[in-house]
Amino acid sequence: MTNYVIIGSGAAGIAAAGSIRREDSRNKIQVITDDPFGYYSRPGLAYLLTGEVPQEQLFPFNQEYYRELNIQLVKGCVRFILPDQHQLVTSNGSYIQYDRLLLSTGASANMSRVPGVELEGVVKLDNLEDAVHILKNARKARTAVVIGGGITALELAEGLAAIGIQVHYFLRGERYWSSVLDEIESKIVENRLIQDGIKIHYHTELDEILGKKGKVTGVRASQQQKQVQVDCQMVAFAIGIKPRMDLAIKAGINTQRGVIVDEGLHTSQADIFAAGDVAQVYDRMSGEHVLDSLWRPAIEQGWIAGLNMTGGNYAYEKKYPFNVTRLGGLITTIIGRVGKEVLEENKPDGDADVAGIMRGDSEVWRKQSLGIVAQTFQESNRLRLYITPTYITGAIIMGDQTLSRPLQILIREQVDISPIRKLLLSPQYSLMETLLKFWEDYTKKNA
Amino acid sequence: MEMEKKMMIRKDNPYSNKLGTMLRETSLKLDTLASGYILPDEKRCVQCGICSFNCPINVDVRSHAMRGMAIHESKCLTCGECVRRCPRGVLRFVIHD
Ligand SMILES: Cc1cc2nc3c(=O)[nH]c(=O)nc-3n(C[C@H](O)[C@H](O)[C@H](O)COP(=O)(O)OP(=O)(O)OC[C@H]3O[C@@H](n4cnc5c(N)ncnc54)[C@H](O)[C@@H]3O)c2cc1C
Repeated sequence: MTNYVIIGSGAAGIAAAGSIRREDSRNKIQVITDDPFGYYSRPGLAYLLTGEVPQEQLFPFNQEYYRELNIQLVKGCVRFILPDQHQLVTSNGSYIQYDRLLLSTGASANMSRVPGVELEGVVKLDNLEDAVHILKNARKARTAVVIGGGITALELAEGLAAIGIQVHYFLRGERYWSSVLDEIESKIVENRLIQDGIKIHYHTELDEILGKKGKVTGVRASQQQKQVQVDCQMVAFAIGIKPRMDLAIKAGINTQRGVIVDEGLHTSQADIFAAGDVAQVYDRMSGEHVLDSLWRPAIEQGWIAGLNMTGGNYAYEKKYPFNVTRLGGLITTIIGRVGKEVLEENKPDGDADVAGIMRGDSEVWRKQSLGIVAQTFQESNRLRLYITPTYITGAIIMGDQTLSRPLQILIREQVDISPIRKLLLSPQYSLMETLLKFWEDYTKKNA
Repeated sequence: MEMEKKMMIRKDNPYSNKLGTMLRETSLKLDTLASGYILPDEKRCVQCGICSFNCPINVDVRSHAMRGMAIHESKCLTCGECVRRCPRGVLRFVIHD
């Protein structure tokens, strides 16, 4: 008898339950979660806010699926792991025995420490409960202030604007998401936000949230030397996330910025595995352990961890991180290394609005690569590539997505681009045409 | 001395095991708008469900998308609504010659 226990019902946890069941049809699988809604599409929360999708649509699996998987879903919060006894302690004081344990506790939003954060009307977007809470509060709000950089802040700003709320978006820095986007890309996104009626305030540092009778009534902020005040009924934060690794730390498991795992997703403690946002996974390419906050890698890690929990010996092959997102209504694909600075621990990466990792973010993106080429076409379509003498190592494709699939493959397969390197580097040639032609030849050759 | 076992790589789809019961197949032949099929790239899918929500004939597009399974014209109008609405560019319409 092997007792499988998974902490967390997110992307990694549910994928792990699936792979355990595939290999082991008999033994008990328990998933313990403190999310009252169980498993749903977390990235889909952004579209619940914009009204593009109703709440009940966010659940990809029906009851039948869970019945067939034959997992036991336990609602509750795990407080301690006792590795020597192979036991967990939950918040209601009960003990749960495990033989193999998966930590897939995800990450949670960092909260600001400015005075007033405890007021009603201060929100974040971690889970479905938060989204429901925002939508409920939004009915009473006319104006909102959004704080933070990265994807979630933008989703909050766009979601609230879509509801009809006047949004003020505060940036500490001089442009949007400067750790990943270049100046032109930031500008393209910012212009589209402005078109949607969002007011962007640059170089703006929130000092205090003002309130009356326990509710938000406004904010006070500094704009360089100037003081500003904005009346509002809601303040939304998306200032980065932190892996939920307190359980691991208390249990003496090796952690750094996340829970350190090897390629088989084992932690430093026997019989305990970790996967998803909480895990700091080994990246062969750099030889380092890195954090991602990405949906698909969480699923793939959960899948491999589950296989190994049943006695498998599979490696999680960390590939170039890849994310598709929508920024200011433009589909944007980010692949591989696109950053301007080498990431070191605790070293500010130059973006005042991004502390550490954000959702939909990967530390690998901030790793430097050689030669950059970029072109904008038809106003809001943009293509930016990072190339070494032989490979493309990173790309940002904003707007027109014709090249996003080809580039995904050229980067992943490390296709030798030296025959077109000169063309790629000469500004008088169209990047789009050069790459499309190269892609056509490549697919013909490999057909 | 114990030899370290070489780790293996596995490339199967995390959701393919439950396919049989997940997808409601239909044998109906529809009046399609174009001859072709919808091809998803499951690596881009975040399971938000916008595709299924917008399908005029209630095909569970997401179930196909997250498993990387094509949707053929026998159960799809080929109206392209899901392709257009997907916020992640997961779906592609492949036209038969
Ligand atoms: C609004 C939003 C938009 C996003 N957009 C994108 C995107 O566009 N693309 C992308 O790739 N990624 C995106 N992400 C990130 C993506 O959702 C995460 O990378 C992914 O969900 C990580 O999966 P996980 O299983 O590691 O953690 P989670 O999905 O966060 O699940 C963690 C689970 O653990 C449970 N838990 C934690 N601690 C305990 C405890 N002590 N006891 C019991 N249960 C516990 C939680 O309740 C939860 O069920 C987005 C996230 C958010 C919030």
